[in-house]
Amino acid sequence: MNQNRHVVILGNGISGVTCARHVRKLDSNCQITLVSGESKYFFSRTALMYVYMGQMKFEHTQPYENHFWEKNRIGLKEAWVEKVDFDKKSLVFKSGESLAYDILVIATGSKPNKFGWPGQDSIGVQGLYSKQDLELMEANTQSEIKRAVIVGGGLIGIEMAEMLAYKKIPVTFLVRENGFWNNVLPKEESDLVGRHILEHHIDLRLGTELKEIQAGSDGKVIAIITSKGEKIDCQFVGLTAGVSPNIDFLRNTALEVNRGVRVDEFFRTNLPDVYAIGDCAEFDKAPAADRRPIEQVWYTGRMHGETLAYNLCKTPVPYRPGVWFNSAKFLDIEYQTYGTVPPVWEESLVKNFYWEHPSGKVAFRMLMRQDGSLYGVNNFGFRLRHEFFDRAISENWSGEKVIAKLDQANFDPEFFAPYYIEIQKAFKAEFGGSFKPARKTFIQKLFGARV
Amino acid sequence: MSIIQKIGLGMFLIGLTAFIIIPFIGKYGISEELVLANTKDIHQEKMAEILAPMYGQEYGSNFAFLSVFSENFNSYNDELKSQQLWDQVIWDDYSFALAKAGFQSPVRDNPWLFFMLSIGLAVLGGFLYNFRKHEDEPAGIKNNGIFHSSLKNRGILGMLTGTFLIVFYIVLYWFPAYMVALVWMVNPISELISGNPASQWFLYGLIYTLAIIVMGIRMFRKYRGNKYQQLRTASVMFFQTAFAFLIPEILVLLNQPYFDFKNIWPLDYDFFYDYQISTFLSNGSVGMFMLVWGILLIVVGVPVFTYFFGKRWYCSWVCGCGGLAETVGDPFRQLSDKSVKAWKYERWIIHSVLVLAVLMTGVTLINYFSGFSLLGNVTNQLHSFYGFAIGSAFAGVVGTGFYPFMGNRVWCRFGCPLAAYLGIVQRFKSRFRITTNGGQCISCGNCSTYCEMGIDVRWYAQRGQNIVRSSCVGCGVCSAVCPRGVLKLENGSEENRINELPIIIGNDSIKINM
Repeated sequence: MNQNRHVVILGNGISGVTCARHVRKLDSNCQITLVSGESKYFFSRTALMYVYMGQMKFEHTQPYENHFWEKNRIGLKEAWVEKVDFDKKSLVFKSGESLAYDILVIATGSKPNKFGWPGQDSIGVQGLYSKQDLELMEANTQSEIKRAVIVGGGLIGIEMAEMLAYKKIPVTFLVRENGFWNNVLPKEESDLVGRHILEHHIDLRLGTELKEIQAGSDGKVIAIITSKGEKIDCQFVGLTAGVSPNIDFLRNTALEVNRGVRVDEFFRTNLPDVYAIGDCAEFDKAPAADRRPIEQVWYTGRMHGETLAYNLCKTPVPYRPGVWFNSAKFLDIEYQTYGTVPPVWEESLVKNFYWEHPSGKVAFRMLMRQDGSLYGVNNFGFRLRHEFFDRAISENWSGEKVIAKLDQANFDPEFFAPYYIEIQKAFKAEFGGSFKPARKTFIQKLFGARV
Repeated sequence: MSIIQKIGLGMFLIGLTAFIIIPFIGKYGISEELVLANTKDIHQEKMAEILAPMYGQEYGSNFAFLSVFSENFNSYNDELKSQQLWDQVIWDDYSFALAKAGFQSPVRDNPWLFFMLSIGLAVLGGFLYNFRKHEDEPAGIKNNGIFHSSLKNRGILGMLTGTFLIVFYIVLYWFPAYMVALVWMVNPISELISGNPASQWFLYGLIYTLAIIVMGIRMFRKYRGNKYQQLRTASVMFFQTAFAFLIPEILVLLNQPYFDFKNIWPLDYDFFYDYQISTFLSNGSVGMFMLVWGILLIVVGVPVFTYFFGKRWYCSWVCGCGGLAETVGDPFRQLSDKSVKAWKYERWIIHSVLVLAVLMTGVTLINYFSGFSLLGNVTNQLHSFYGFAIGSAFAGVVGTGFYPFMGNRVWCRFGCPLAAYLGIVQRFKSRFRITTNGGQCISCGNCSTYCEMGIDVRWYAQRGQNIVRSSCVGCGVCSAVCPRGVLKLENGSEENRINELPIIIGNDSIKINM
């Protein structure tokens, strides 16, 4: 291995930055350069919404202080890449400069989907992914907006709705499916979130698609037409119907791409010394049965980065993600999931347990195989311990054992209502079992919130 | 903002304005009788002579009165100082007592009226503003717009608030004679509780307690749905009202020494001063109980409670400074500096104050037990230096006045010697830690932003590492504001509490340390 090799990482999101940090940990000699036109310093993309809502300043979204990069000898190049010259092993920037690499890691992330709607490029129509999108959204909502329309019911859509609600802008939220995010969430959970969206005075329109965006003579959006033929006057349109790999500048080159950059389980592309990780990588074969070939989640991006860093410095290992987990926050309701919980399942193969608090804001679902072993859980409005479920699923615990020990899985702050006791009682009533539901501790009886 | 909130805000502002104006209402005039009644025996004759030119004169404002007073008084003292006749110089400051005695004003005649117009209106307005806050919103995190707020993000309103607080503390500590009107205003309340006339300290204690109560109600509303925050807030409200404010006054009413049972040395830096010890020893079993109780808190209470619960049992559940920071200071918590550099300064400064407090107390005790044969003057000079620099300037002026500039825990983070002591126990021998939830962190930074102690919580959370920091006061806000349910304050086994090289779970390809 070349002692002074130059590792160039294209993109400084969570994948690229994690990769850079871990390469530096494992190899103190090589030269590392992080290239990004979006922002010189790494920031947390997931926190952009909080900047808009005045909960944080942009600098607060930066996980490392500015001196961190110099201290770790990670070079930062703030520039947009025009093209990659794979033969000469060199990046060509929009400014005309170039940068030679020995190893290239492509970690360019995603861009918002646009499905060719008429008028989709009008002024005031945008997605939300990058720092520039945030700045654009701030500019686009500076002047008075009487109504905004958001198209696409996923995680970014609901974030955008929350952001606009902060500015007291009335929001109409178009969701193609018949339930919010119901390609991921089972019906009850999807309904739970849907109710909460309405509670926040957001005009949620299920089963409704965007047909057309209309703009005025100045090019600014003035209205949209829905699939139901309704015209909605609006001055802002958020396009949040998913994201796709941000690799247009790599198309029609020697690099093999499909929707994303094609990689094997070692993140190798078809070209030597060129790798791809994060949102922009597309695996030849999905990494696990319950995974997709393109993984567009913060956590998977981080794991790609740490695995590739290891592979660049040690004997390569294939990417083997562990038990699936994820989390999100829908306005005020937190959501976590561990293991596999699909939106629909074969009744004959799966045992389903669902509990919901009368408030309609706290819920727990557990799916088990026919033999009673744990598939996965969803929890809403309360917190569960990652370590507990990682172990329970990898060790193939039975659902009953999980419920019996649920007090140990609780991750809510002290004095919070012990929902796990209610869940244990409900499970016992439905499935039986030899365990005893936990009892309230003395402190919980004295001070704890009632369920 | 609802109508009630607008009315409340209006009332608060009127009350605040009245509070600022009242010190300027009234006239001042003194007579020989007043001077004799308000000076020590040894100074009576001299003071009566020095102030003779002022008798029968009427002064239209505190400025006029105090400037003539200082002129007369200083010319006498300066003369002696220039001749180096140190033992004849009058070191006592009689300006407050005489300004208070010579004060003639409608405020003195109708204290309740002016109290209601100022503090009363402000408290009632604050209550109206807060008690239904967030009524039309579901429970949840209410941090929207904080960095768009002039008050909460060092804008012009923040600057004005900070300046007001700093001026208030400077007047309170060093120029109380200018606020005798305010002291007269709360006189009947003091008479009611302790049977004694009010001092500037009673005025301060009363405002302090009312501020914690009103802003505590705000906390209840802001953290609706968060039982930890609710209980913690109720606790600081209770300890301030009962232990810091009422009980000491009631003790005085019962002819016992003034004593705050929850104040602990070295925050309570004069606990071992000779006059305190004399007070304890000369007050029979009650005095002895106070002395033993105070020592037990230091040697048993702090280590034992901190071992089981972390320093939060004191700093964010009991302490008065903490109580103010967690209620009145809550709107400013995001202004604390999170840089590594600030952390470095913090460790140097707070531990220096601890060393200073311990040294000073050591010298005091040696002095006391050696019958003042050793180090006589050094103790007094140390006391006055500490009282001025740490007790007043740091804890008061900077500690509270800097809320709108550097966050609500400047004193607790950089200065409090008790926090340093609690912190050492918490860091090295405690069951308390903040646990991170596996690999769920998304590095968003809410936790670090809202940490009042300037801890970069995210640094640990994103590595899957437990947070074990001496400065953490366990306010629980990092856990509350986390959007992914990553942080939990826990007391648990000491085993694996400190994990320097954590492994984030969820990736089976490799197991490497972060």
